Amino acid sequence: MSNILVLPVVIPVLIGIILVFFRSQIQIQRWLSLASILSVTGISLYTLNMIQSEGILRLDFGGWQPPFGILFVGDSFSLLLVFTTSLVAAVCLIYAFYSIGEKRERMFFYPFVLLMVAGVNGSFLTGDLFNLYVCFEVMLLASYALITLGGTKPQLRESIKYVTINVLSSWFFLVAIAYLYGTVGTLNMAHLSERIAEAGQTPLLTVISILFLLVFGLKAGLLLYFWLPGSYSVPPTAVAALFGGLLTKVGIYAMFRMFTLLFYHEPAITHTIIGIMAGITLIGGSFGAIAYKDIRQIVSFNVVIAVGFILVGLAAATPAAIEGSIYYLVHDMLVKAALFLIAGSMVALTGTPMIDRMSGLIRHYPMLGWSFFIIMLALAGIPPLSGFMGKFLIGQGAIESGAYILLALSLISSIFVLYSLLRIFLNCFWGESTTSEEEVVPLSKGWLVPCVLLTAASIGLGLGAEFVSPYVADAAKTLSNPYIYIDAVLNK
Amino acid sequence: METLIIILTGVLVSVATYLFLSRNVIRIILGTAVLTHAAHLLIMTMGGLKTGGVPVLGEETSTFTDALPQALILTSIVISFAVTAFLLVLAYRLYQESRSDDLSELRGMVNE
Repeated sequence: MSNILVLPVVIPVLIGIILVFFRSQIQIQRWLSLASILSVTGISLYTLNMIQSEGILRLDFGGWQPPFGILFVGDSFSLLLVFTTSLVAAVCLIYAFYSIGEKRERMFFYPFVLLMVAGVNGSFLTGDLFNLYVCFEVMLLASYALITLGGTKPQLRESIKYVTINVLSSWFFLVAIAYLYGTVGTLNMAHLSERIAEAGQTPLLTVISILFLLVFGLKAGLLLYFWLPGSYSVPPTAVAALFGGLLTKVGIYAMFRMFTLLFYHEPAITHTIIGIMAGITLIGGSFGAIAYKDIRQIVSFNVVIAVGFILVGLAAATPAAIEGSIYYLVHDMLVKAALFLIAGSMVALTGTPMIDRMSGLIRHYPMLGWSFFIIMLALAGIPPLSGFMGKFLIGQGAIESGAYILLALSLISSIFVLYSLLRIFLNCFWGESTTSEEEVVPLSKGWLVPCVLLTAASIGLGLGAEFVSPYVADAAKTLSNPYIYIDAVLNK
Repeated sequence: METLIIILTGVLVSVATYLFLSRNVIRIILGTAVLTHAAHLLIMTMGGLKTGGVPVLGEETSTFTDALPQALILTSIVISFAVTAFLLVLAYRLYQESRSDDLSELRGMVNE
């Protein structure tokens, strides 16, 4: 029992509700929201270290012993993601201070961001399947509000698709939960895992697991990513960065939990399907990333490629591959947020999203240009930047499990990532500057600092791999051995 | 009883699918509402219908009604209420902005 586990959810929710009453005091809204997110960052780091010494923590709400009550379970995987989430959210908030505009700030922008972060953290921490659904909905409802906030025509047009597709996938989620409850008779994840292991994963359970795969595939953009590029390219930059950094990752997290804790008995069926889906995602995302000239579309398709790449690790399912996936997940949250922030800044500075209409930006904005360059190298997986460890370990895992096609696809997709971003770099940052000295829009420090912070975090994650690796190794150990999780939840 | 409810669920799902595939925004929203009701019925059926017991498990009682599906449905109804309300407002704003409730007139952006 540890009450600290609930704080990453409760702090943002409470502060978010309080902020609703301070609608016109923008300074209070800004500083309170930033302070609450930073406190969550600190708490999650503290909890992460606590888990290393005390093992998996759990909190039974209302004192109801599992499997009867709803509970939060904190293992290294969850807390690592909660920590990264709050870090990314804090940086995006700083960017929002200087870019989102007073109109949106007065329309409850900060409460919505806080509620979304609460939903994301709740999804990472919960140990109950239905509670996972509820946390998903908290996160999604806040994201519906954030994507429409401002009410421009493209936003409304894309958001109706975004909301509809998410309502549909939530429906599939409910149906899958109903089937699972009808079959196994429990919703506690550890209890589910135990019962499935005892009774064996019958064909019926495998079909239900495919239904879950469909649900999280829709949420994460695995194969079913058709809604993603449109809806991620319309909201304001700070919101797009939050979406690109956090939302799809929750779906990926849920898939990892499902297929390492519950449905790991039939890898020949489920993990093969995941592998095929990941492969097609890599191909489709790569084509999308080089097909468009709209920088926001290119960046959105890079999110799709990363989803495919991380799921290659789950398809391979060796300890090394899972460790690599966790590494890459953390790296991708930081780097995708940075990429969205830089791309959004470029669009705001030049007034056009088309890469063939921008040129020579590096002359006026050298720091922005070099940040983009470093982020590009990190995404391509050049050592010593943060993408390298993940790519290396996923590659190693794919070789160990003999998935050579997936290995080839993931390596080729890295080249596509590099090419698509290099195209942005050469078109937009290199070349002759088309704007004269007087017309140059100055880059505000409030825009540059968040980009540089995230770039520094990426370099730090790469160089400091030594410090991060114990946490990642512990997270991978728990994922590879479901009994550690079950023991911690049911037998303490 | 279970069979009847499952058939009803199927009917609701097909109605919702029909509504979902239309181009009219209001019909799609109605489709989402019908769809969630189908899911609620399914959850209730999964818990087992009317066994004639109270939802309390004691040492002497042999039959009891599973109360968990009801709790799940209650939560889900609240969520679907919020989502439907949001969708209706969204459809109204979309109509204000584009003077149309036809999705085919709201084509996405072009790649130049």
